[in-house]
Amino acid sequence: MVTASVTHMTSPHAIEAVDLVKRFGETVAVDGVSFVVPEGSVLGLLGPNGAGKTTTVRMMTTLTRPTSGTARVAGHDVLADPAAVRRSMGLTGQAATVDELLTGRENLRLIGQLYGLDAGYIKRASDDLLERFSLSEAGDRIAKTYSGGMRRRLDLAVSLIATPPVLFLDEPTTGLDPRSRVELWEVLRELVEDGTTLLLTTQYLEEADQLADNIVVIDHGTVIAEGTPLQLKDQSGAAALVVTVSHADDLGRAEALLAPHVSDVHRDPGARQLTAPAEGLGHMTKVAALFDESGIVLDDIGLKRPSLDDVFLHLTGHRAEDNTDADEELIS
Amino acid sequence: MSTIERPQIRETGLLGQSVSIARRNFIHIKRMPEMLMDVTIQPVMFVLLFAYVFGSSIAVPIEGGYKAFLLPGIMAQTVAFSSFIVAVGLTADLEKGIVDRMRSLPINPAAVLVGRSFSSVAHSSIGLVVMSLTGLAIGWRIHTNILEALLGYALLVGWAFAMIWVGILVGSAMRSVEAVNGVMFATIFPITFLANTFAPTDGMPTWLRFVAEWNPISSLTQAVRVLWGNDYQLAEGAAFPMHHPVPFTIGWIVLLTATLAPLAIRTFRNRTAD
Repeated sequence: MVTASVTHMTSPHAIEAVDLVKRFGETVAVDGVSFVVPEGSVLGLLGPNGAGKTTTVRMMTTLTRPTSGTARVAGHDVLADPAAVRRSMGLTGQAATVDELLTGRENLRLIGQLYGLDAGYIKRASDDLLERFSLSEAGDRIAKTYSGGMRRRLDLAVSLIATPPVLFLDEPTTGLDPRSRVELWEVLRELVEDGTTLLLTTQYLEEADQLADNIVVIDHGTVIAEGTPLQLKDQSGAAALVVTVSHADDLGRAEALLAPHVSDVHRDPGARQLTAPAEGLGHMTKVAALFDESGIVLDDIGLKRPSLDDVFLHLTGHRAEDNTDADEELIS
Repeated sequence: MSTIERPQIRETGLLGQSVSIARRNFIHIKRMPEMLMDVTIQPVMFVLLFAYVFGSSIAVPIEGGYKAFLLPGIMAQTVAFSSFIVAVGLTADLEKGIVDRMRSLPINPAAVLVGRSFSSVAHSSIGLVVMSLTGLAIGWRIHTNILEALLGYALLVGWAFAMIWVGILVGSAMRSVEAVNGVMFATIFPITFLANTFAPTDGMPTWLRFVAEWNPISSLTQAVRVLWGNDYQLAEGAAFPMHHPVPFTIGWIVLLTATLAPLAIRTFRNRTAD
């Protein structure tokens, strides 16, 4: 399928980080990060502000030289052949780096020209991209007049003008309203369907859960967990069995009924809920039948998987959103 | 678009890349014409202000009087200020992440700087044209031949080129456009005044006259005056550069470029590589 491209995959992995380290003076921003991203998949690099996500991306995209370690993009080493890396990838940085005084179309043309694409191709690809990112009508307006969501989309469109096989997105939806965020996710899913390999950094657990095939969690510059969203959820402990009774008066009776069948019960009168460690689907069915016989009316009974938020709390001991220490990201 | 068409990425070369970036800077000027104020309204205002405020009290024994004497000085000041344009533009691009965006592309990293130099020199050249027209309107003339006239302009443009490195140096070192404006104003402004640009140096106290006449800006101004016939007999005791302004100006351009360029490039690289 790739005929005209100048880049050839010489490695089965689209992206490889090999023990990346970055020090800024005394500060260690990234401290030995390694991972691989198989071709055509999505990796979510998850972590709070200041965890070293941006610095890691900057090293992988040739913008910052690693203190030690290296990375390979589309088989090209960032240290040995940075030019080949740049030909193989697109980068959408944390701030939307579109030129505000240029129109959407002029932004695309500028970057297209710098890639050395010919004028006819740039014109066609620009039309395509503007359409795809719902910017057709705004294409001839200067980017200053765009909303935050439109700028993000233009920024992403610009990164795609040369159809790079590997795309790096640094917090692509930070600062977007929920609707724009969901729209951008849609666009990203289409890109992946088309065979693009994606690495995205995010502070949003939901975003990683939604988009990523694999997640690497980093905190204080080191990888603290990795796996599929499902694996990570499993890692942070078993699911919970949650029983919600219809009438608050029944809560005591329900607890007495449940207690002999589980190892531990937590009672939440406000939510009319009992929570217990789950012991599988069969067990839950048995418990449900018990309640059926007892005549206690339930609103709901089910298994609740831990959210990625719970995972993060479990792994780091602090919630992802709590961390406001943004200094390290700012250094880069 | 289910089957991906990956386009041919061609090597574009430093020149082509720089032209693309310079063209983008020109679109900026087109969209924000007030960016040209520093080379249009401001120098014209200076010409008129100085010519009519000081013109009557500063007697200069040349054809066209003080106005003719003043014009090369204002031009020298304006090309010195071209470092402003570079510094402000570069800092803004660094701040907004535009430079990083460019550096993530398969282009020569120098294209960002070279492109900015192109547009900056064009920017200054527009100023030279505007000032020449203003000068013609108020009685300034070139009294020599076409060759010397052109050499005068060439020295001014050459100076603008040398000043680009000052701009890159300051632009790379500063973190905000406001800081750039502060630093540039506090340095370049007095340097362009402590010279023969606006007033003859003969009347200055000895030490000040010495400083003013050795000021590189004075060499440039004097060279342009001589080349255009806007000069007069040097006063007794004029410093050495005033007697040989053209070679001194060329020397300064070479010296400034040779010392500032490596420093500026290193500062830019340090700013962007980490």
